[in-house]
Amino acid sequence: MEHHEFNIEGGDFSRAGYASSQVKKILKQMGVDVGIIKRTVVAAYEGEVNVVAHAYSGAMYVDINRDEVQIELRDEGPGIEDIEQAMQEGYSTASSAVREMGFGAGMGLSNMKKNADELHIESEPGKGTKVVIRMLLNTTTGD
Amino acid sequence: MRVSEIVQILDARIICGEHRTDYTIDVAFASDLMSDVLTLKNDHVLLITGLANMQTIRTAEMSDINCIVFARNKKAGKEMIALAEENDIILIECRYSMFKTCGLLYQAGVQPIY
Repeated sequence: MEHHEFNIEGGDFSRAGYASSQVKKILKQMGVDVGIIKRTVVAAYEGEVNVVAHAYSGAMYVDINRDEVQIELRDEGPGIEDIEQAMQEGYSTASSAVREMGFGAGMGLSNMKKNADELHIESEPGKGTKVVIRMLLNTTTGD
Repeated sequence: MRVSEIVQILDARIICGEHRTDYTIDVAFASDLMSDVLTLKNDHVLLITGLANMQTIRTAEMSDINCIVFARNKKAGKEMIALAEENDIILIECRYSMFKTCGLLYQAGVQPIY
């Protein structure tokens, strides 16, 4: 069992992706299947960008064992009022600054769902959001 | 298509990964929206974009994209080049518009994803 933690600074786009990049390096070193690595880090990166784009601060907690990777993103921020609505493709509350970085088209959460083996979102409006991405390592399902 | 051919067709300049001109791409995708790029499942993708910032490189890193063409004279900064180098991503700068860049590569036989 391996555990890693990475801080994520809200609004700091120059560093957005650092945590996901570390996860990619770790999984590569473990010799995980490249397709699974790609789905994992794309989901993690979408989540990391969401924290940078919407929250004040946050962290990524990564737990890895032989069979699975669990990535938990926790942030302090505005939270999500209506998770079902936020999951709809095209729905976005992103600022113009976020859009200038090439994001904010309302595709992040649905793409996380497509890539993750399991995705769980909890949010308390005005406080923050917790997103858990679970990936199974010994399978190639989920295309 | 090999990177060396892409550079020739676009009369472009490699600014990172000069020693890897033998790298071959299968398909190309043009977008300034990184969210769209992150939905791609193909391998050996050439990304053509006018978006030149750190997230362009990060998106390529996460998507296993090893070659990016910056169209309409967009320049990659030092930090972007350093991150690309770290991840073996080839960066090409091209003065043509996105439309012309795509047109020339398509004409030369580069296939689209969709």
